[in-house]
Amino acid sequence: MLTDQEREEIEAELRRYPDKRAGCVEAMKVVQRHHGWVSDDSLKSLALLLGMTCEELEGVATFYNLIFRKPVGRHVILLCDSISCWIKGCDALRGHVTSRLGIAMGQTSADGRFTLLPIVCLGACDHAPVMMIDDDLHGDLTTEQIDHIVERYP
Amino acid sequence: MERPLTQRIRPQADPMNLAEYEDTGGYEAARKAVQTMAPQDVQRLVTDSTLRGRGGAGFATGLKWSFVPMGLDAPRPKYLVANADEMEPGTFKDRLLLEGDPHQMVESMVVSAYAIQAEVGYIFLRSEYKRAARLLHKAIAEARSHGYLGRNLFGSDFSFDLHLHTSAGRYICGEETALLNSLEGKRAIPRSKPPYPQTAGLWGKPTVVQNVETLYNVPHIVRHGVEWYRGLGHGHEGGTKLYGVSGNVKRPGTWELPMGTTMRTILEEYAGGMCEGFSFRGLLPGGASTAFVTEEHLDLPMDFESLPRAGSRMGTGTMIVLDDRTCPVGFVRNLEHFFAQESCGWCTPCWEGLSWTERILEGLEEGRGRPEDLDLLTMHTRLIGPGRTFCALAPGAMDPLQSALKHFRADFERHIHERRCPWREQGATIGARR
Ligand SMILES: Cc1cc2nc3c(=O)[nH]c(=O)nc-3n(C[C@H](O)[C@H](O)[C@H](O)COP(=O)(O)O)c2cc1C
Ligand code: SF4
Ligand code: FES
Repeated sequence: MLTDQEREEIEAELRRYPDKRAGCVEAMKVVQRHHGWVSDDSLKSLALLLGMTCEELEGVATFYNLIFRKPVGRHVILLCDSISCWIKGCDALRGHVTSRLGIAMGQTSADGRFTLLPIVCLGACDHAPVMMIDDDLHGDLTTEQIDHIVERYP
Repeated sequence: MERPLTQRIRPQADPMNLAEYEDTGGYEAARKAVQTMAPQDVQRLVTDSTLRGRGGAGFATGLKWSFVPMGLDAPRPKYLVANADEMEPGTFKDRLLLEGDPHQMVESMVVSAYAIQAEVGYIFLRSEYKRAARLLHKAIAEARSHGYLGRNLFGSDFSFDLHLHTSAGRYICGEETALLNSLEGKRAIPRSKPPYPQTAGLWGKPTVVQNVETLYNVPHIVRHGVEWYRGLGHGHEGGTKLYGVSGNVKRPGTWELPMGTTMRTILEEYAGGMCEGFSFRGLLPGGASTAFVTEEHLDLPMDFESLPRAGSRMGTGTMIVLDDRTCPVGFVRNLEHFFAQESCGWCTPCWEGLSWTERILEGLEEGRGRPEDLDLLTMHTRLIGPGRTFCALAPGAMDPLQSALKHFRADFERHIHERRCPWREQGATIGARR
């Protein structure tokens, strides 16, 4: 079920394309902004709205790394594991973050606060190693800094 | 030194709004093109400027535009798409332009769309560039409310509207035909060519896909002319280029410099040379899909014509430096992991071959390497070479591997003989350092 608010936002996105299907990624991102992820229920309503079959929409959803088909935590941490960050020690940072949060990559903490995911190069290689939490980019990371930064996301 | 592309970028400050942008000559190129030039004249300027694509392949921009059907019976609408997907590992240049001067993105689209008579434009932006998205939305809205986007621009009969599309994270979307499928709301698998997008692209209509940096050059060429533009470069490739350096150098960063600046100048003068305690071993000149060059090549100009002499390509122009405390095998393993993960799965040599090479490299790193592994790796660099797959992802993935086997072969062999990664124990690849 989509709320009126979601419907309104989706309609605004769809106006930019000559056909509805083209707006499917943006539409799923609207749902994600409100719920954090795209549930089976939302997917069904979206498919109906966009004139696609559920299978078609599911095929698009699973293609992309940042459309979540499972619930995620209140905050999503994306740790860059591409080359410049690797040179700058992202393996050690990953070790630190996973042990500090007590979760492996791909998991959500038991309190529902964080989901930890790997991400490809964030285009900020001059500040490697780099991560994103929600919409914020954090660069030039050290283990101590990560501890402080994480505290800012309750 | 003139830096047209980045001249308005103020570090640590918000980018110029429309009024400020106009005060510094902004939208003059758009006005000039639309009011005083024929579309073909704009195309001719771009052709004469010898501008080549900055997205990696270096295709001549004017030539690309010349394939677009023109005139009254051309199919409509035509589309112009800015490729702002920037996901090539080690590449961080388009972000600077988009966040630093979003109005220039809008103006570049207007001028380029006029040249090919496109009615609709999309900026295809990667999902993670949240700040760029916010700033572009604002710039587009400002331009639209001033009549610089929409109907009858600058009192002419040319109409053009521009939309921002934000993606959802997948490297293959940067490949131009995969990008078109993605924009149409399909899985982002590349299309087989021909037909080329210039004749049958978005929804089957003529479409030009162009890298962000490429487009940013166009208003300057229109405003100041070909002679001025060509004079900006050092060699016979004109203009400026955004160059970047990452890795264990003193000052990683991006700089707009004359096209053809040597790799050594960029590395030593701009990036400040290697960090204390690290020495240079090699670099990938332009992102993960380019081949290693070594010390002996550093005096070559960074341009499209010179890098092939070192067996490589300029690619995106953002270098990734390999130092002596970083394992070359681990370096390549990291890259092949990326390419294997991002393969769209359409061509068997790509999705099977890339994960196989990743497994072999993983074995070498973990002390399970066998002498025949190097032959297997070499075999893959041939099997997955150019012409065997639908897109350039797979051959691009083989460039760093093939060149690493050539330049750092002894290091691969050491992994096999010592049955371990010689760099591991020194702690060289772990721990953030600056
Ligand atoms: C796997 C793959 C990913 C690509 N990613 C990008 C990208 O993120 N940005 C880009 O401008 N070009 C990218 N390209 C190149 C585009 O296909 C295309 O050549 C380019 O956008 C054309 O613009 P240009 O001529 O201005 O460089 C990619 C190519 C491949 C094969
Ligand atoms: S080369 Fe790889 S990424 Fe490109 S179309 Fe084939 S399978 Fe897809
Ligand atoms: S490699 Fe991590 S930001 Fe580019």
